[in-house]
Parts: sequence; structure tokens; C-alpha cells
Amino acid sequence: MICEECNERPATLHFTKVVNGKKSEVHLCEKCAQDKGEMSLFNGGAGFTFNELLGGLLNGVHTFQQSAHQPMVRSDELRCSKCHMTYQDFIEIGRFGCSECYDTFKNHLNPVLRRLHSGNVVHTGKIPKKAGGNISLKKRIEELKQELKELIEQEEFESAARVRDEIRALEREIHAVQEEGGDE
Amino acid sequence: MSLERFLQNAVSSWMSEEGPDSDIVLSSRIRLARNLKDYKFPIIFSREEAQEIIHWAERRLSRNSYQENGHFEFLGMDSLKPIEKRVLVEKHLISPNLAESSPYGAVLLSANEEISVMINEEDHIRIQCLYPGLQLVEALKTAGGIDDWIEEQGTYAFDEERGYLTSCPTNVGTGLRASVMMHLPGLVLTRQINRIIPAINQLGLVVRGIYGEGSEALGNLFQISNQITLGKPEEDIVADLLSVVEQIIERERVAREALVKTSDIQLEDRVFRSYGILANSRIIESKEAAKCLSDLRLGIDLGYIKDISKTILNELMILTQPGFLQQYAGGPLKADERDIRRAALIRERLILEKKDEQGGNVQ
Ligand SMILES: [Zn+2]
Ligand SMILES: [Zn+2]
Repeated sequence: MICEECNERPATLHFTKVVNGKKSEVHLCEKCAQDKGEMSLFNGGAGFTFNELLGGLLNGVHTFQQSAHQPMVRSDELRCSKCHMTYQDFIEIGRFGCSECYDTFKNHLNPVLRRLHSGNVVHTGKIPKKAGGNISLKKRIEELKQELKELIEQEEFESAARVRDEIRALEREIHAVQEEGGDE
Repeated sequence: MSLERFLQNAVSSWMSEEGPDSDIVLSSRIRLARNLKDYKFPIIFSREEAQEIIHWAERRLSRNSYQENGHFEFLGMDSLKPIEKRVLVEKHLISPNLAESSPYGAVLLSANEEISVMINEEDHIRIQCLYPGLQLVEALKTAGGIDDWIEEQGTYAFDEERGYLTSCPTNVGTGLRASVMMHLPGLVLTRQINRIIPAINQLGLVVRGIYGEGSEALGNLFQISNQITLGKPEEDIVADLLSVVEQIIERERVAREALVKTSDIQLEDRVFRSYGILANSRIIESKEAAKCLSDLRLGIDLGYIKDISKTILNELMILTQPGFLQQYAGGPLKADERDIRRAALIRERLILEKKDEQGGNVQ
């Protein structure tokens, strides 16, 4: 087998990844792997991770996306205003330049993320106290509102009143945070 | 320096202590990737930004103490010698990437070396918690606490929809990589491993050899970690990994029992031959050392060998890496010199075990 990077030397490093039944393979020669920084000092070659080969894998997403989803908007002309990285740069390097990039490339990220995270595109884990700002409060309020609706349907008005008070208290808390005026 | 003194300085607690299921799981690691809101990511940030982040870390993280862990020691990559960096890599406390290519990188280390926080690696902040044995849940809890504490000292890049924003899209969301290091000689010897690895991959987990090249896993040591970081709460990511790890532990135990039943004397022979090589060789390559250490450890677990501590595999796999050998030798060594040193270090280490046995005064 020939290295898929240089199409010259024999591929000696093979990498197979299977997620939810989808298989992808990468075949590189030692030199190309090294050039791409995919051989690490520590384990001299065993350190192939999905992560490190990402640049190449994203390319597929890119072409697919251009032809199938966004024929009008050329995604490679998008440029992040904070770090000046273009969408094309992102595809080639496989890394974002700053947190704003997520916003700039927003409309093109779902296929990429879906492919990397087994179909998922939205975070459902931990929310930081400060940077998360009101997010956790808002989520809690959403939950309580749902609960309130159910209680009213079940005509459990006493409990409903308690939940309603709790919602009000949380809403006041959000206002208080906003008035403090932090950038959080 | 005597080997005893060297070991006292060289061995982190996760290498020398035994944890739950430590006959099979050598260590558990949790890594959280975080970035600061106001700076570009390390692949593209300016020198000034890099230095500001370093100063922030030194001022806000290393001088404040975090709970019972006390102060973190701050080590700037620019102040370390190449061998010192390599030793930190071999101890799994920093990544090769930080050691090689981050002139503005740094690491904060807790005294027992269970916690390390890398600064300006691929992300601004990478929190790592490394525990002996199978302790993923505990490690997640500790890492989460440090995460909360660090957030008090700065502002994270976080998005309501995407979660913690990371430089690489494979880490976005939770920024969590949970992994365990497993010793699986039973599954390798019974040739089950080749069937098990694809099955684990199907579950969205990544398996790879920790040492060695290509598909070969030196020392029968494998690392298993989650691949998906987005769209799943941290606790679920860890629970899913844990359930697979528990099944692998079970299969490894069954494989070992089967081996003892079907080829007891052959196994005992293999173990003692390897012990003989480790105790007597004058030149040993890392590959042979890894194989023999794996056999020795298996022999200890199966009760063929009773007077050697279990942590010897973990410890010697790391201490016989090139960086450590050179640090112990006090200078650079060529490959053939390393093989001689490696053999000597292993022999000496085994002699320490004997002293221990006779009630000597080793630690
Ligand atoms: Zn090539
Ligand atoms: Zn950007």
C-alpha cells in the first residue's frame, strides 16, 4: 500500500477507527506521519490518535458539505474577525484559532461535530459557574416551568404555588446578576 | 546518586501505590481541556498573549493553594533541561507536545504528582488527574474540583450550545478525556485481544498500545479512552467507559484462570525465565524488558512469585525509558549504553526488593 499523503513511499502506519459501525482508515509512511507531527516522542508511533489525523479527515466533510449543503455560500471565504483564521485554514489544520471561530463557522460545524461525536452537536454536560453565567439558572427555570405545567394539569395547586415561587426567586436572582453588570 | 534516593524522587504516587483492581488496571486518568475567553488559542496566539497566560497561571494558580493539595509547583518549559522535560513526559505528567513545541508552556504539579495542570499546550489549560488502579469516578471528582477552582481565577471560553470551547473539535463540549491503563497478558496470550479491540472500538472507545510501535503493545499495556466529548454528560462518559473496563477486567481474569488450568507449568516456566533474564542480564533492549516485566507482573498476580511488589511493572516500564535512564546516569546515553544501563537498573531494583523482604530499611 502506498502512503496516501505523498503517494510515493509505502505506507507503514495504518490507523483504523470505527465509531458506531462507521469505519475510516488512514495509511501513512513514516516520513509523512512524522512531518504531520503524528509520531510522538513518547511512544514513537503508537500515539496515533484520531485527534492528530483530524486535519485529513475533515477534508472529506468539507467537500461533501460544499457540494451538498451550501452550494451558494463558499464556506472557505469565511474569516474569523478575532484570530483571522479562515474556514479553509480550519479544515487544513483541524484546529480552531480562537473561541470566536465557533461562532464564525457556526453554520458549517454541525456536520463536522456530528461526524466526530457520534451524531451529537449540543453540549449536555457541566456548566461552569461563572462563564456559564445564568445558563444553569435558566435551565433550572425551564425544568421548573415544565413541572409547574404538570402540577397544574394534575390540579395539585398547593405544590404548583410552591414551584411558582421558586421560579420567581430564580428569576430575581438572574436580574440581580445582570445588574451587577459583569461581563459574565 | 543511589538507586534508592533516585527512586524516592522519581516515583509518583500513581506508580508506587496500589488502587482498586490494580492487578489489571494500573492507572486511571481524567483530563479536562479548558481555554480562557479573552485569548486566541495556542496554535495561533501571540507571544504577548502566551506570556500573559503564563503570568496569570503563575500568579493565580501556583501561589494560591488548592484544598488539601497545597501549593502547585510551577515549572516553565523554558527553564527545564531537555532530559528533565523528557522525564516529565515519561511520567505522563506532561504531553510530548508541551515538552517539544511550547516555548511558552508550563506545568503546575501537586506534591504527590497526582494532579498536573498544563498551560499553553494545545489548549490554554489542561487539567489532569492521575490515580493508581481503577478510580475514574474519584479522578473525575478531583479534576472537577480543580476546574471550579481555576474558573474562580479567570474566565473560561464557554458556549451554551457547544460547551467548553477547545482548539480541536474532537475535545469540544466537556473537554473530557477519561482513560485507563490496563495490563492484559491473559487476553494477549489467549489471542482474544484481536477480537476484543474492534468490539471496544464499536462502542466509541479508543484502544491503543501505550508503549511500542504500530499495532504492537509493549508490555501488554493498553490504554482505553472515550472518543466522544460532546452531547454526553461527564458522569455518563465515565460510566460508559467504566462498564466496558469492568467487562474487560472480567474477561482478563477468566483468561488468566484458563491459562493456569491448561498450561500451569508452561506459564510458571515463562514467568521464571523472564524473572531470570531481568535479574541477570547485562544488556537489555526496551522491547525485551517490557515483555519480561509483563511476565513477571503476571507471575506476581498469579502467585508464582511472592516476594516482589506488584507495582514493579508500572514503575520499571517508566524508569527504563530513555529519559529516566539518562537522568539516572547523569548525562546523555547512546542507544547501546542505554541497554546496559537499563539492565543494571532493573537488576538493582530487584535487589532492593530482596532487601525489603529481609526487613531491610528501604523506605
Ligand atoms: Zn508519505
Ligand atoms: Zn477565531
